[in-house]
Amino acid sequence: MSSHQVRVSNLRVVTSDAADRAAVLVKDVSFTIPRGEVLALIGESGSGKTTVALALLGHTRAGCRIAGGSIEVAGTDVLALGSRQILDHRRRRVAYIAQSAAAAFNPARRIMDQVTETTVVGRLMTRNAAREKAVELFRSLALPDPHRIGERYPHQVSGGQLQRLLAAMALMSDPELVIFDEPTTALDVTTQVEVLREFKRLIQERGTTALYVSHDLAVVAQLADRVVVLNSGEVRESGPTMRVLGTPTDSYTRSLVAAATGREAVCALRREVAIAASVGVSGRGDLSEPLEPLLSVDGLTAGYGKVDAEGFPSAIALRDVSLVVKRGGALGVIGESGSGKSTLARALAGIVAPAFGTLRLEGQLLEARMERRPRKQLRRIQIVFQHADAALNPAHTVAHILSRPLKLYFGMHGTERNERIARLLDLVHLDRSMAARRPPELSGGQKQRVNLARALAAEPALILCDEVTSALDAAVGAAILELMAELRRELGLSYVFISHDVSAIRAICDEVTVLYAGQVVDSGPLRRLDDPAAHPYTRLLVSCVPEMRSGWLEDAPATLGQLGTARLDASR
Amino acid sequence: MQVILRLILKRLAAAALTLLLVSVIVFTITSLLPGDAAQTALGQNATPAAVAALRLKLGLDEPAILRYLHWLSGLLSGHPGYSYSDGLPVSALIAKRLPESLLLAAATAVVSVPIALTFGILAAMYRGSMLDRTLSTTALAMVAVPEFLVATVGVLIFAVKLRWVSALTFELDHPSLREFLRGYTLPVLSLCFAVVAQMARMTRAAIVDQLRQPYAEMAALKGVSTSRIVLTHALPNAVGPIVNAIALSLSFLLGGTIIVETIFDYPGIARLMVDAVSYRDMPVLQTCAMIFSAAYLGLVLIADVCAILSNPKLRRQ
Amino acid sequence: MSPFVTPETRSEIPATKPGAAATVTGRKRKSLPLSGRIGLVMVLFWVAVALVGPLIAPHAPGAVVSNKVFGPMSLRFPMGTDYLGRDMLSRVIFGAQYTVGLALAAAVMASASGTVLGLLATISGRWVEEILSRLLDALICVPSTIFALVMVAAFGSSLPFLLLTAALSYVAGAFRIARSLAVNLSVQEYVQAARVRGEGRLHIACVEMLPNMIHPMLADFGLRFMFIVLMLSGLSFLGLGVQPPAADLGSLIRENLSGLDNGAPAVLLPAIAVATLTIGVNLLIDSLPQRGDDA
Repeated sequence: MSSHQVRVSNLRVVTSDAADRAAVLVKDVSFTIPRGEVLALIGESGSGKTTVALALLGHTRAGCRIAGGSIEVAGTDVLALGSRQILDHRRRRVAYIAQSAAAAFNPARRIMDQVTETTVVGRLMTRNAAREKAVELFRSLALPDPHRIGERYPHQVSGGQLQRLLAAMALMSDPELVIFDEPTTALDVTTQVEVLREFKRLIQERGTTALYVSHDLAVVAQLADRVVVLNSGEVRESGPTMRVLGTPTDSYTRSLVAAATGREAVCALRREVAIAASVGVSGRGDLSEPLEPLLSVDGLTAGYGKVDAEGFPSAIALRDVSLVVKRGGALGVIGESGSGKSTLARALAGIVAPAFGTLRLEGQLLEARMERRPRKQLRRIQIVFQHADAALNPAHTVAHILSRPLKLYFGMHGTERNERIARLLDLVHLDRSMAARRPPELSGGQKQRVNLARALAAEPALILCDEVTSALDAAVGAAILELMAELRRELGLSYVFISHDVSAIRAICDEVTVLYAGQVVDSGPLRRLDDPAAHPYTRLLVSCVPEMRSGWLEDAPATLGQLGTARLDASR
Repeated sequence: MQVILRLILKRLAAAALTLLLVSVIVFTITSLLPGDAAQTALGQNATPAAVAALRLKLGLDEPAILRYLHWLSGLLSGHPGYSYSDGLPVSALIAKRLPESLLLAAATAVVSVPIALTFGILAAMYRGSMLDRTLSTTALAMVAVPEFLVATVGVLIFAVKLRWVSALTFELDHPSLREFLRGYTLPVLSLCFAVVAQMARMTRAAIVDQLRQPYAEMAALKGVSTSRIVLTHALPNAVGPIVNAIALSLSFLLGGTIIVETIFDYPGIARLMVDAVSYRDMPVLQTCAMIFSAAYLGLVLIADVCAILSNPKLRRQ
Repeated sequence: MSPFVTPETRSEIPATKPGAAATVTGRKRKSLPLSGRIGLVMVLFWVAVALVGPLIAPHAPGAVVSNKVFGPMSLRFPMGTDYLGRDMLSRVIFGAQYTVGLALAAAVMASASGTVLGLLATISGRWVEEILSRLLDALICVPSTIFALVMVAAFGSSLPFLLLTAALSYVAGAFRIARSLAVNLSVQEYVQAARVRGEGRLHIACVEMLPNMIHPMLADFGLRFMFIVLMLSGLSFLGLGVQPPAADLGSLIRENLSGLDNGAPAVLLPAIAVATLTIGVNLLIDSLPQRGDDA
């Protein structure tokens, strides 16, 4: 009919619970995708981008319904299809690649059966033809042992491989449209590069028409021809990728781009501050001897499970880790999943007792287990967790949550305490009226601010931050990072900032330690990240962070094999 | 295979330990009884000499721990003592009654499990439909209906009014099919009533839980029909919980048989136990309690093993 | 958290662990579905009968007021008469008082001690935890009716011992639920945060965990109440429960069983009374949000 493979016009999706007060999730969204092009749907939490993507498959999640508009895929009016025809539509024309392949595969069935299921059930191919085709796809997606990988169960395959197997499943029927729904968000950066590269090659080779849903502008810049920016269910801007990301005209798009690139700016600012601070410190250092470190960790080994005769736990998460946090310093700890970075935070906090190694706080030996630590030491080290909402007791008000450390550590009562609570809320830029709220009534960013305020209430010397921004939208996370930098300046705090996100580390830290498979492979000042003499893994990690320019993917490191055998163990 | 074997052995050992604890609990309670077992057995008019003789014979003058060990070794070797009321060996009494109870339980299981699974799976397949809601609410009400109401109303309607089945006669030796049906229909249906409802609800819950998993949505998005999702995707993952549901529901049967065997005067082990309570016939009571607890543990153990075997993560290690 | 949660929703939805929705109160009554409302009415009816019934009962429960045994329902005896010619309405009212009162007291005892023990096992050391769990796991393996029979054989069926028997039979189940809730809560980050802060165990149990357990434990309490009603009525039906001259609903069925052949209301009405009470509780509990898993 037309040269457009996909045509969505005035799509409207609403919640279906109360007919009179139905909330609108998607408002009059329209876009087209020409044959052979990749369109990216960009948006943050609650933008409705996944809702739109699912609508192309004729699917809405429980509690939602399509209230208006039209969707046309390869000349078919999707909204007019009956329930039988919908199945056929999904089997032949549109394929979906979910965010988490690990969750999208049925754990109880072999991979091959799942990959070939609909082509066989829908009689698109015979079972043998389907298997052959699957093996061919496995091979072209550079999966190891393509003939036999299909005989495995999902838990026997690594995350990056599963994501590619999911892509193979999607391509079985040579669909007219492939929907990628945040397909690399759950992956480590080094794995993400590989998977992205395979996706891109496949799209180019096959001339696939695709809709790529993502919140990550840098990833989108690598793959998409055009982008549509969604916010609260409305299209804010659309156009060619480089035009929109380079010179955004809409205010919301500008803020998105600013949040993505802004960290670089913050980072530059922070570097200056750090230099200024270190000058100050060394200035004082001239008078007395070099300042003792705030926290020093020496030879820390920790893990889980039964302890053997030599004192090693059965599953070792950290091996012989040593690091130093300077007074007023911010140490970034970078690592991918399985690097032991969360165990490090828990060991420092005393939640996990290390098997070996010593911890010293301000020169004094720190007990391994928190139960043994005196209250004064507990007060000096506070921890802020990743999941802002899980860290706040839903049964208590913000005021109650903040009052506990005040009472416990300082014995504060009555108006003195209330005033302190109000000042703490000021400090994290929350309105004082929030004191009466309970956590379920707060947004993600607000909750993380309350977590910070609770840590500050103890007037600590050191705050352990475990992936504090990972669960937040980029803009919200950037604001939290800004707040943390400000607090550090004003209160002279020190941070141990644990993250998988190199740019977050850049934005706030002045020293870095790189963890890989439980061991420190590299450490030094922040500029170590850009040092050509850094450990190869550090360089790999840094070079794998997507950049918002086209062609970055092609420049990114070729293979992980460069790193040698150690790297290969990690792919389970 | 090694992993699975070790897991199963571990469960077996845990079950054995639990059963040992159960025996301690049962023995402690039954030995704490106010008054003297010998006195109780012989009645108020017995001469002190007779009571003393019986005390000696029953070993009641030994310390509690020795009596417990005695009792336990007797239990383990199949000779748990003699009935207070008629002096027969407990093992003989049990041997006569246990097969009858097992027959009743087996008949109930054969009837209830297929019905419950069918309803549970149907309800999950047509989740949210009229059928589902009707089934769910009915099951909810059925669970809460006491067995004695079902049994008495059943007797009233089918035996007294309609005379379709017999209320109280059991042809125990080589019954014809007709006689078997006449005798067993009401007891089995009374037992099934609550058990089917319980099992169907738990089956549905287990499947619906799987349907909420992302892989079920993924299957729908690649064009798999709802019934196929339930049968080939959700069901294999729900085997563990479903077997667990069946085991738990059948364990409800253990309590239910007490009422049903009494109402229908069925010569099973539950009836034996109720009589033992009336006569304070402790050896019989203790043994019956241990048998019921062992049956419960056995059911849970089977469910555990099935769950382990159905888990590919364990199977393929 | 479900692995399907996308970044879109991740920062916005509250944790789905127990207690997360515990603060959503007040709206419950309004959104109660029809079956729940029916259940509520049935439960409230029987509680009201047990509380104020005896004040307005037409006759004393033991008074023989008619020379007609197994009399039909009439204006004078709205529920007919029993095997001795006593007024069934009055007997059902007093019977309901025994059934509801005993079961309520036993369920409160079982749930309260189960919750306390569950919390205790979670916050105290390994040995306490191990001993409590082993012992109560063993107790759960004795089916509750069987356990009750053993208790009755040993201690008889006076009211205090019946109460104890019922409570003990169901404390293990309550413990198991409370313990699994507490274990889930104890790995929550807010509990860990409290621990790292240096809070005492008592504070963690009572202030951080207990408020988030109350709602699921209340639902569990309802289920336990229902099972206790069924068990106590069953015991009385066997003649091993409440002893004459007192009579609960189960005893009423037993003593009038000979009227079954004629379909006398004296045997059917108490049975229906028990059923409406237990079905009501079950309907109500099931329609509450945040129901704990099976008992």
